[in-house]
Amino acid sequence: MDIVKAENLVFEYIRRDEEGNPTDVTTALDHVNIDVRQGEFIGILGHNGSGKSTFAKHLNAILYPTEGTVYVGGMNTMDDDKLWDVRSCAGMVFQNPDNQIIGQVVEEDVGFGPENLGVPTKEIWERVEESLRAVGMLEYRKKSPNKLSGGQKQRVSIAGVLAMHPKCIVLDEPTAMLDPSGRKEVVRAIRGLNDVEKMTVILITHYMDEVVHADRIFVMDKGKVVMQGTPREIFADVPTLEKLRLDVPGPTRIAWELKKKGLPLPDGILTAEELVKEIKKCR
Amino acid sequence: MIRDITIGQYYQTDSPIHRLDPRVKLLGTLLFIITLFLYKNPAGYAAGAVFLLAVIKLSRVPLRFITKGLKGILIVLLLTVIINLFLTPGTALISFWKFTITYEGVGVALTMLFRLTMLIMGSSIVTLTTTPNNLTDGLEKGLRFLKIFRVPVGDVAMMMSIALRFIPILMEETDRIMKAQLARGADFESGNIVKKAKALVPVLVPLFVSAFRRAGDLAMAMEARCYRGGDGRTKMKPLIYKKRDAIAYIILFSFVIFSVWIGRWQVINDFFNSLYLRYIIK
Amino acid sequence: MPLILDHVSQVYNADTETPVRALDDVSLVLPEGQFIGIIGHTGSGKSTLVQHLNGLMLPTSGNVYYNGRDIADKDFNKKELRKHVGLVFQYPEHQLFETDVFADVCFGPKNMGLSKKEAELAAFDALRKVDFPNELYYASVFELSGGQKRRAAIAGVLAMKPDFLVLDEPTAGLDPVGRYEILDMVSALHKESGMTIILVSHSMEDVARYVERVIVMDRGKVAFDDTPREVFTHGEELEAMGLGIPESTRIARMLKAKGIGVDPDVLTVTEAADSIYAAVTGKDK
Repeated sequence: MDIVKAENLVFEYIRRDEEGNPTDVTTALDHVNIDVRQGEFIGILGHNGSGKSTFAKHLNAILYPTEGTVYVGGMNTMDDDKLWDVRSCAGMVFQNPDNQIIGQVVEEDVGFGPENLGVPTKEIWERVEESLRAVGMLEYRKKSPNKLSGGQKQRVSIAGVLAMHPKCIVLDEPTAMLDPSGRKEVVRAIRGLNDVEKMTVILITHYMDEVVHADRIFVMDKGKVVMQGTPREIFADVPTLEKLRLDVPGPTRIAWELKKKGLPLPDGILTAEELVKEIKKCR
Repeated sequence: MIRDITIGQYYQTDSPIHRLDPRVKLLGTLLFIITLFLYKNPAGYAAGAVFLLAVIKLSRVPLRFITKGLKGILIVLLLTVIINLFLTPGTALISFWKFTITYEGVGVALTMLFRLTMLIMGSSIVTLTTTPNNLTDGLEKGLRFLKIFRVPVGDVAMMMSIALRFIPILMEETDRIMKAQLARGADFESGNIVKKAKALVPVLVPLFVSAFRRAGDLAMAMEARCYRGGDGRTKMKPLIYKKRDAIAYIILFSFVIFSVWIGRWQVINDFFNSLYLRYIIK
Repeated sequence: MPLILDHVSQVYNADTETPVRALDDVSLVLPEGQFIGIIGHTGSGKSTLVQHLNGLMLPTSGNVYYNGRDIADKDFNKKELRKHVGLVFQYPEHQLFETDVFADVCFGPKNMGLSKKEAELAAFDALRKVDFPNELYYASVFELSGGQKRRAAIAGVLAMKPDFLVLDEPTAGLDPVGRYEILDMVSALHKESGMTIILVSHSMEDVARYVERVIVMDRGKVAFDDTPREVFTHGEELEAMGLGIPESTRIARMLKAKGIGVDPDVLTVTEAADSIYAAVTGKDK
């Protein structure tokens, strides 16, 4: 069954002047169709302003469709009675690590979601422990979030979502504000969730190298899904990606340059190791 | 500069006082303060002081930490003493120029000094021995009866705890914005008060903008994690009274009864009054 | 006039049990006209370092000299120093406060004591240099996109006409194209005006592509200070500092290790592709 299904999703922002009269309508999402199956790792790529974050907010019923429907875990997000079920089904991690940690101690923050869901005390403790362990932050459980690095804070945020036992986890540019080592540790934690815990992951980012291992990728531009497929299929088309203001991973770019020069390399090389192997074959 | 504020600080150590349920400490402080206003003779204050010192000793917080809190209100303290000293009518003790200090004035001033000092010291014990989180929990549970009057106790407690979490973040942010404006040639030091206040606009505007953005983000993050007000939530760390809390309550109530009794006992009142009449006013 | 750091150390919480040596005996000469990159991971001391360049922080030991004078001297004019050494902080758009972009850019020059007219001229000039769109000069800051805000904030420092422009992670949080646009703009500033640019970054890729000199910071010390090509020969040490080398260089080294005659010192994608092609086919280009 599809965990997430967006059908002809349209979202319009209406800008108003000081008297509240509409002045301008911006179409942030334009007939988007995206489906995600249980256990998949989905990457959604796009530059700033492509509509990818707006899409993410629909999965958690923070925004509602102007047209079309979004189903999360089989529930229509427009259904007011199911609001909290939708939110506990699709957990969200946001961009700014400082603005989503509520607790003053790491473990208390992770417990915040379960507390809201009315989980009994004893079970909250179990969930907190297992979630912190899943992101490798168990030894920091007594620390103040203010003392953690950006990458560690984001892992705490991920644990906070995991503790709600969602069916899928949506990460809205979780690495945009981190340094390279922070990015690496967060991406590693996310991959671990998908590989080990079989969690359905929707990772929204503008860094292409973070979704090299995704099962499928959707590329968004101007509110539309403009490309979709496996990483290999997507990364084969370097000119289009560059036109879409995306940063193609180094090995893919080099492979593409070499192919242009006439080397017989296959399409969509993703990693350095792969590139080296293929180049050796050329000799 | 903002970091010098000590009131409301937590002193990390382990002590019987630290381990008490915050509700005990909150109620204890409240009762302690009330008793301070019930005493009618020095014996009551002496009992209060002994109790206070015993609690401080038990809490293992160095005394200088507690007296540090007094520095902030030194001026208020002095002002109260001086006003009472000079403005209480009664039998003159010393007169010079236009001022007169009366025996009654000395008495009232001393009483006020004792009351205020003990009040501040007593209440700083709570914040020094209780984590902010624990304190909000205590307030939330202790004030739960207000729900009858439709006071959203849970939400208010949540607001307090979020405010506490964001204070260090916003202080850091203030520091950063100030530096950024200094780099653009801003000057926060020279000029009179009006000029200095004006110079703060380039700091305050970005600070407010950022605080609002954070508030918006945070609200969204909380909703996404299914926060829907205080009702129906469970607690990860619920407050449960332990045996030591019961013992503390017993000690607390015994102290209140004893000190108020001794502090208002007619025999002692009469004794001090007779001392006063016999040796001071002749 | 060069900036000289002479055995500069900065220790936080010196009187506590856990002093932090944010800078540890740093000596550097930053002459005019260079394009310098400072790299290091979070906590390596690079942000602390740049705050010493314009007197926002004074060393706990050692000296910083500008124009031959110690900036810690009592009669040294720090405001004058800040005019010559412009510092753009991380996420500089968070410091915008005026009602419109143009007024905000005028803030710096006005503080420097310029007349309204001169300040406005300087602001126009700065906005033009950062390629800020004309039609948005009088727009509210809230109407701008992320990249535009960033440009406006950089213009705010540029309007003081500094000789040194220090940018602390100017590309943080931008998407790839926004990143290159800002870096290209900075690079053009360097070429056209001969201004010294000091680019603080944790991205090896950015640094490799633009700067002529790299200063690598690690735990408060200067670990390397040389041309990018030279610095990247220390791949393993950089890796240990949590930095690594540009991906193109890394691939070239991997191929070299497998016995393919690729130049191991390539820095960019184009260089790598050319060198690999030549090595594999035996042809040049």
